[in-house]
Amino acid sequence: MFYRRAGILHTRYQDERQLWPFAFDRNLVAIVLAVLLAAPFVFERLYLVTYLLPWIIWSTAALGLNLLMGGAGQIHLGYGAVIGIGAYASVHLLRAGVPLELAMLGGGLASAVIGSLFGAAALRVKGLYLAMATLAMQYIVDFVISHFEVISGGTQATLQVPPARFLGVPLSSDAAAYYFALGVGIVVTLFMLNVKRTSFGRALAAVREKDYAAAVIGVDSFRFKLMAFFVSSFIGGVVGCVLAVSYYRAVSPDQFHLDLSIQLVAMVIVGGLGSVLGSFFGAALILFAPIVLNHLVGTGAELIGLSISADLRAHLPLVLYGAMIMGFLLWEPLGLAKIYNNTRNYFLVWPFRHAR
Amino acid sequence: MDVSLILELSVNGVFVGLMYALVAAGLVLIYKTSGIANLAQGALAMMGAYVIWAISAQLGAPMWLAIPLGLLAMFGAGVLTERLALRRMIGQPVIMVIMLTIGMEIMLRGVLPGIFGAAVKKLDVGIPNDPLFLGDILVNRATLIGGLVSLALIAIAIVFFNSRLGILMRAVSDDQAASWSVGIRVERAIAIAWGLSAVMATTAGVLWGATQGVDWSLSLLLIKALAIAILGGLDSIPGVLVAGVLVGLAESLATGFLDPIVGGGTRDVVASVIILVTLLLRPHGLFGREHIERV
Repeated sequence: MFYRRAGILHTRYQDERQLWPFAFDRNLVAIVLAVLLAAPFVFERLYLVTYLLPWIIWSTAALGLNLLMGGAGQIHLGYGAVIGIGAYASVHLLRAGVPLELAMLGGGLASAVIGSLFGAAALRVKGLYLAMATLAMQYIVDFVISHFEVISGGTQATLQVPPARFLGVPLSSDAAAYYFALGVGIVVTLFMLNVKRTSFGRALAAVREKDYAAAVIGVDSFRFKLMAFFVSSFIGGVVGCVLAVSYYRAVSPDQFHLDLSIQLVAMVIVGGLGSVLGSFFGAALILFAPIVLNHLVGTGAELIGLSISADLRAHLPLVLYGAMIMGFLLWEPLGLAKIYNNTRNYFLVWPFRHAR
Repeated sequence: MDVSLILELSVNGVFVGLMYALVAAGLVLIYKTSGIANLAQGALAMMGAYVIWAISAQLGAPMWLAIPLGLLAMFGAGVLTERLALRRMIGQPVIMVIMLTIGMEIMLRGVLPGIFGAAVKKLDVGIPNDPLFLGDILVNRATLIGGLVSLALIAIAIVFFNSRLGILMRAVSDDQAASWSVGIRVERAIAIAWGLSAVMATTAGVLWGATQGVDWSLSLLLIKALAIAILGGLDSIPGVLVAGVLVGLAESLATGFLDPIVGGGTRDVVASVIILVTLLLRPHGLFGREHIERV
């Protein structure tokens, strides 16, 4: 088949260190990248703005959460709040006249500092208690954002994002906004691909597997958990900025509620804990499955002449998220990425299955 | 400060807190036996209220019949959840099990309003609406009765833990492997805990449904129940009672005195603040056993 592995033929150390050792994988990545780069010229505006752009932004967010959940094994039910902090901080900086490049970093830092403050409080406990502490964080941040007029401009207010320029290019056009989001997404993806090979990533893996064992081999587990919270929240804050500037273009408190956090957790779990590719799969499934299902149910009901109540159709996405989270946890805990890997491993040695 | 206002807020807060405590008692029951926190407890309360509403309004059964039928159905649902979903997760990391219960919460929150309609349903259990005056304090009759029912049920739960089945469950919560080796059927004990916890959730759902109507917002009881369970100690039923009263009081007083200052919404954030403060100062809660590993 197209993968075909026949012996290991590395002759240089660089070959072994490659991110994608197989030519097929390299070509696939190149093709996907080319399609994404050409998208504004190929696809209609509707598809670009309503499907591709949110997919890229939410994939980036899922990558950030995946560093914490898959990389360090810490649960976080308040990631939506982290994104909200980043969005509000960067929008306020932009409105104060700070250039976007700095406002983005400022948003990231604000998220990282506040996120790891809560993290430091929460990390004294773990597992189940951590889940509840982060859940509490979500509610508290929601409350603070919507009830302090300095931040949100009032409970019902939306905050307009002023026109921004990134590296001298104004982001008012759809294509520019798309490329901005894509650029940030690529940087975060490259970071996530490489972080597992650094000492930081390896330390996180040790902490994830067993924190006592990590402490025994000299990894300060509290420090690394806190760093994981910091880095992950930083990415969340940057995503918040991208979201506000290139997608929402106006922020309001209700965009960052618990629903968002749960969607993000669903993306990570459905996609695959700890997998970079999985974050993209998960974001796509969580974003598009409800839309597709809604269309299917709608047309299916018309075909057989059955009337389906508006209430049921409105609640289908929730049912689907819940069912997907439960289904994947019960039958494929490592998510879509694992399914992809299984298929790939099958074809890697096809038709000599015994060689696997 | 007006004394009678404080008194009124406190009295109502105590009874509301007792009604929250009933949901929390279900959480504690499951945690005590199987060591996981069921984040779908709020959704179970909502489901119970919907089921009883459906039996009485859709099938036309009278309320005295609908409530026992609903409790029975929910006991079955609880046992089934354990059998079909939770038992398959034995041995998985705790984060996975928590996620599973969150998945269940989300799904139930979609399924029930989806099937029965999202509009608020009126659940009439025969509690008259007219207010009750104790001296010059105004007490909401539904909350008063709800609080008393919760108090009775939690008292029964405390007694239950001294019965044969209760002792069995305490053994399971202490050490599953050891219970196995002396011939206790651990899976059955956990399944019964799930069933009973669903029954408690249903009762809470009905009581709340009678006061505020039945819709998806009943599942928001989860966060208050979590606050109570954590404050009282996740493995202590008497703790639930004390913490329930405390959380109810704090919430009622905060709503009364802080809302005019910050412009509303403190009711929802009190529970979160209590969770965080408890975890910071005393992670095992007021009455819980100290066994959390610190890192």
